[in-house]
Amino acid sequence: MTTKLTINGRAQTIEAPPMKRLLDVLREDLQLTGAKEGCGEGECGSCSVLMNGDLVNSCLVPILQAEGAQITTIEGIAIDEKLHPIQQCFLENGGAQCGICTPGMILATHHLLEKHTEPTLLQIQEGLSGNLCRCTGYTRIFNAVRAAALAGAAE
Amino acid sequence: MGRAKYVDDITLPDMWFGATVRSTIPRGRITSISFDPAIPWNEYTIVSAADIPGENCIVHLTKDHPCLAVTHVNHAEEPILLLAHPNRSVLPAAVAAVHITYEELPAIYTIEDSEKKVQVIWGEGESANTFKTYLMQKDQKPIPDEIWQTADYIVEGEYRTGAQEQLYIENNGVIAEYSETEGVKVQGSMQCPFYLVHALELVFNLPAEKCRVIQTETGGAFGGKEDFPSVIGSHAALLAMKSGHPVKLCYDRAEDMASTTKRHPSRTRHRTAVSKDGKLLAGEIDFAIDGGAYATLSPVVLSRGTIHAPGPYHWPYLTVRAKAVATNIPPHGAFRGFGAPQSIFALERHMDKIAKVVGLTPEELRRRNFLGTGDHTATGQLLKDPVDMQHLLTRALEESDYHAKREQFDRENPSNTVKRGIGFATFFHGAGFTGSGERRLNSLVEIELTEHGQPRLLVSSTEFGQGTNTILCQVAAQTLRLPYDRILIAQPDTRHVPNSGPTVASRTAMVVGKLVERAAQSLCDTLIHSGHLTPGYTPEDFRQAALLYLVDHGSLKSEARYESPGDIFWDDENYSGEAYPAYAWAVYVAEVAVDATTYSASVTNFYALQEVGKVLHPILAAGQIEGGVAQGIGYALYEKCVWNNGHLANNQMTNYIMPTSADVPHIHVSFEEIPSPHGAFGAKGIGELPMDGPAPAILNAIEDATDIVFTEIPLLPEDIFECMTRIPETGSESLDPAVAGPIFSEAAA
Repeated sequence: MTTKLTINGRAQTIEAPPMKRLLDVLREDLQLTGAKEGCGEGECGSCSVLMNGDLVNSCLVPILQAEGAQITTIEGIAIDEKLHPIQQCFLENGGAQCGICTPGMILATHHLLEKHTEPTLLQIQEGLSGNLCRCTGYTRIFNAVRAAALAGAAE
Repeated sequence: MGRAKYVDDITLPDMWFGATVRSTIPRGRITSISFDPAIPWNEYTIVSAADIPGENCIVHLTKDHPCLAVTHVNHAEEPILLLAHPNRSVLPAAVAAVHITYEELPAIYTIEDSEKKVQVIWGEGESANTFKTYLMQKDQKPIPDEIWQTADYIVEGEYRTGAQEQLYIENNGVIAEYSETEGVKVQGSMQCPFYLVHALELVFNLPAEKCRVIQTETGGAFGGKEDFPSVIGSHAALLAMKSGHPVKLCYDRAEDMASTTKRHPSRTRHRTAVSKDGKLLAGEIDFAIDGGAYATLSPVVLSRGTIHAPGPYHWPYLTVRAKAVATNIPPHGAFRGFGAPQSIFALERHMDKIAKVVGLTPEELRRRNFLGTGDHTATGQLLKDPVDMQHLLTRALEESDYHAKREQFDRENPSNTVKRGIGFATFFHGAGFTGSGERRLNSLVEIELTEHGQPRLLVSSTEFGQGTNTILCQVAAQTLRLPYDRILIAQPDTRHVPNSGPTVASRTAMVVGKLVERAAQSLCDTLIHSGHLTPGYTPEDFRQAALLYLVDHGSLKSEARYESPGDIFWDDENYSGEAYPAYAWAVYVAEVAVDATTYSASVTNFYALQEVGKVLHPILAAGQIEGGVAQGIGYALYEKCVWNNGHLANNQMTNYIMPTSADVPHIHVSFEEIPSPHGAFGAKGIGELPMDGPAPAILNAIEDATDIVFTEIPLLPEDIFECMTRIPETGSESLDPAVAGPIFSEAAA
């Protein structure tokens, strides 16, 4: 089946079975390996991408559902090969340890800061609750999100 | 970010994919293996034990663990065959199309069943079902009978902890290659590249130089990638050898959770003689852990649990009897804390119980028994470095406003359905390998100059999120008086880096860091002696001197090997002596809320105060503590392994629940800094400590909130429900000495 969609601002035509997961299309067909598979069932959020502005688990999206969609992956977040301000804030605040959940966390933060430019702690906790981190205990991730909000990272 | 390559992000030319055919039963004899003709098997590479060129064994401490099962299986999910195919997506159907029949044998799943020895599934005679036992006695003396006869109180208790999944977000995975001339090469997610070299030497009957192992970016480990990569690495390498292709073997979550190692479940029994003024007179501790079907690292997990069982207290007499037993559960292995969280949970719950019996506050009981500078631990180790648990406790209780909150909750709870409570745990954690371990490891660190005159560290220590690379580069930079970004660190590739020991046991910053400091100093001295560098140099002077040295000599590499401090002695036979070069000391305070309507408990506030020597990097150190506390909260309240005939029934993130961002409280982290002479720039180990304290602190707080005694973790709402709705006489115990008599015993209560 042929699917046309836009990934990180670039039009793509994908030949793949209709039920192939968006995650596999990104990783295998397009070599965009920034989205990770942690659980394969939409619990951990490591495979998070933005789809038409919504935060989705790409392991739960069959490619047929992505026809015509605008997809942003972590590779599309960095600006001109430089770290995005959110990424910079994660780095400076110890918001990333092993790094495997980080691409998803960055996208979740991006999504959160678009909705709430000055999020409360509760809004941060809720906004990131679909993204599991086993290393940090989340505290430093919350700090990173706050720092990103202060830096006006949503723009 | 997004660019780091984890093993599953790497693709090699002509790479195939691997899969594992596993036993569907917990114990039995394999009677037949057949292959469904619907599958085009000629497209597949199939590996069985017969294809193993060396020994069919995954070696850790004993040779009991088959690489692939041949005639018998001893646990569910035991690997029997391996498959490889160029197309990853066809493998699950192929695995399901291998039909294996068994003659089932009775299986055992609990410590109690294992102890009965009706079914002997491992060893024989004395060691039937028993991987290891230890007898640890204070001063090698038994407890005199008269202590028990004359003590004012005897307090008994039994405590249990469950299995816990490491739940690194990146599953176990490797890519293996094989060539006749080069031998085996495995790259992947792991903590200890040289452990895998050791395993491959045996499986392939090859010398170490033909077994090359490279650590790739590792997405969390926590011990779960200490011993297990020896299994998956050997499997992938066998497939690579037989198929003639590089083979990627990466588990999905369900397979990883069902078949890889977890934290050992435990049962601890305490019997303690106490005087009426709250002095511990003698303690008998029976500590048992469930090792699962094969020994893996159980003897050393048991060792750490045994040495930590007496806690930071003075025991005039103490006997610890410890054992690791076999069951038909997939083998348990390393997990942050390594036996200590289990025995510390038991002790810190028991201390609260003793306090109640004696009629002292939990605080006062501990104050009357703390070890201090100049005291001897239960292994007879003299505490020469300063220890001040009294002050740590005072500070932690002040910072958490413990006394005022306790009073407030006592006042408010009767009229609230949400019961609040506050509790704490006081504990220590030994840093580095236990006993003579560091001496045996004999770790080596090198530092070399690149052609551009830049220092590069060569260590086998691995980064998996805890900050190894940052800390080691920071130590080298500080020693060489260079900016941090001038220091390079080589990828852990066993062809190029020396064996600086495994990245475990809270040893990296302290032990390896110290070696880095020494090697860097030696590099600096060499440059100064060469005349190219003078003290008081700038970074640019250093670079120029390095380049001049390279022109003269071609290369420069300095090394430092572990030297055991002269005053450290450990007796493996009697379990006495200097168990660890240094200890970290801590007081953790938990505040909880227990909803009497939903029976759910949550941690609402957490205070973690510790003395870990000099803190090398405040952000990384606090990140380690917070992450460990979150795992500890999961251990206490959320993470339950549900076993069904030896299978993990909840091998999914959907039904094995770890803390999310909405479940963690504010974690207040603070440090006391007393520089230690043993570690780099005064550092002591830090990584495992925060796993020890949360569970007992939380359960102590829950008892404060509910007046119900819980002795087992994990404690989920259904467990609380059961206790809260049970007939009162079993739910609460009489602790009034007037009722219990001068000698209190739970058995008699």
